[in-house]
Amino acid sequence: MKLDLRLPIGLMFTIFGAVLTVYGLVSNETIYERSLGIDVNLWWGLVLLAFGLVMLTFAVRTGRKV
Amino acid sequence: MERISLGAIDYTILTVYFAFVLGIGWTLRRFVRSSEDFFLSGRSIPAWIAGLAFISANLGAQEVIGMGASGAKYGMMTSHFYWVGAIPAMVFVGIFMMPFYYGSRARSVPEYLKLRFDEKTRGFNAITFAVMTVFSSGISMYALAKLLELVLGWNFHTSVVLSAVIVLAYILLGGLTSAIYNEVLQFFLIVMGFLPLVLLGLKDMGGWTGLKAKLATVATSAGYSAGAWSDSWHHLNAASANPMGVEWFGMVMGLGFVLSFGYWCTDFLVVQRAMAADSMTAARRTPLLAAIPKMLFPALVILPGMIAIALHVTRGGLLPIGSDGTPNYNLAVPVMLGHYLPSGLLGLGLTALMASFMSGMAGNVTAFNTVWTYDIYQSYIRPGQPDGHYLRMGHVATVFGILLSVAAAYATTRFNNIMDMLQLVFAFVNAPLFATFLLGMFWRRTTGHGAFFGLLIGTAAAAIHHGLVLPHGAAPGLKGAFFGTVLHTYPSEMAQNFWTAMFAWTACFVGTIAISLVTRHAKSDDELRGLVYSLTPRLTDHEMLWYKRPASLAVVVLGLTVVLNIIFW
Repeated sequence: MKLDLRLPIGLMFTIFGAVLTVYGLVSNETIYERSLGIDVNLWWGLVLLAFGLVMLTFAVRTGRKV
Repeated sequence: MERISLGAIDYTILTVYFAFVLGIGWTLRRFVRSSEDFFLSGRSIPAWIAGLAFISANLGAQEVIGMGASGAKYGMMTSHFYWVGAIPAMVFVGIFMMPFYYGSRARSVPEYLKLRFDEKTRGFNAITFAVMTVFSSGISMYALAKLLELVLGWNFHTSVVLSAVIVLAYILLGGLTSAIYNEVLQFFLIVMGFLPLVLLGLKDMGGWTGLKAKLATVATSAGYSAGAWSDSWHHLNAASANPMGVEWFGMVMGLGFVLSFGYWCTDFLVVQRAMAADSMTAARRTPLLAAIPKMLFPALVILPGMIAIALHVTRGGLLPIGSDGTPNYNLAVPVMLGHYLPSGLLGLGLTALMASFMSGMAGNVTAFNTVWTYDIYQSYIRPGQPDGHYLRMGHVATVFGILLSVAAAYATTRFNNIMDMLQLVFAFVNAPLFATFLLGMFWRRTTGHGAFFGLLIGTAAAAIHHGLVLPHGAAPGLKGAFFGTVLHTYPSEMAQNFWTAMFAWTACFVGTIAISLVTRHAKSDDELRGLVYSLTPRLTDHEMLWYKRPASLAVVVLGLTVVLNIIFW
């Protein structure tokens, strides 16, 4: 493959996840009224972070083997 | 309706996304050396990437917005576009048609038509396809810019120019590979961006059972029986029993057989992704692998619309009311984003919307530049040039295609009817084309004259049918009955479309057979080897592990689709 696509996917979602998680921790909780009182930025940020890191791990592993 | 306002965090997410899209194009630029690299990714794409790009290219803003709107307007029956339409068609193209597309080494769908039939059939398809792709990408650009203007207050011109420039940049840099790689990135973004919306919406409704109860109110207040918005098959016995206004025959034959097969099997926009695969097996697996996420997409794109209408009816006034007194269904998805998502995830959701739009536009533009360069320019304008010449032409055609799309977007702002008209032309051209391919691939005796005139007859039949019928409540004109007399009135536009497609397909099928029988068979069996079923050696997959074979994948996909249909019956 010319470019392991998992690398940019992993990177982008890791960044999104990190940004949203941090924002979820510092943001004022009044903005979560519309999301039924759930701090969705924090929780979904963690999901994205996990997804991004898994993609990155796979990309780095395959990259080492070659 | 109140405007949604974005915070700095939302703009950050959007900017990061743009940076990645351009970065992928930039990294891939050094791999583009020949025209084959630019237009076909040098046939080097692994099946899973081609498969995700296969759905993503089709997942334009029109699909996301349109399916959400249909979910609100027609409810669960919208799932037929997936579980009766798209999935069986994708299995068919993977198992039966891909061996001929990929095996013939044709570089485009029109080129296959030239190899199988003759020059005029190819010319007809190349030109209609090129015109239609430019218009559909222009219209989706218009739709998105209009939406952003309405919901976010963004300037219409800025949205058009910004998205056009970004798509242009990444295609010019890396050609089809760049478009395909970005489509995969966009695929994940669309899933990750819309999923929290669906989860929050469902939680708010009290799960599927809670949503069903609210949809029952929606259905009864519109005068239908309680399940009309939440069952997919139950109310198809009579056209008057469901909001779509179709009965099961029109739905299965019109939508399932003719329209969906016509689109997924013959539209170069999607077929190009599979043609770029790195081997025959990968090409056949592409649509089958794509079918697995595709069958779950109703949850992502239709459900938000259904939740929106439930909220609108039971809690009042979520959707703005249009001038004709009905809610503006097209706003269902964007309004839902603003309703449930706080700053942060809202940025992610809107980025996903932008991503869906860009993947759709890039799909159109890459298909356009290929057909233009190979099937029109190289065939009729300047044949016999060195490869570098066509690569440069590909770059020019990309710029040109995007400029034309922008022009089409502005034309749409002036003539509201263009959108309706294009839908119509699309149905006129795509539906008969499927009959041509079916006969061409499976009946050796089909001749070039038969194919070409069959296509014309099919298109004419569509026009005549459309000119004599009218959907309920519409005025004669573009919507039908332009010959002045109304022979039949359909309960809805949807029903009218399905039947137009069936007439077009049948006329083309019968016409092609009749003309083929009276015209001379010009191609020898040798020329048709690899293009026609009976003259092509069967592919055997016995050396593969059973679960890797396309046929077993197809059985699994179809089985799961049947299960989904039964669950939501």
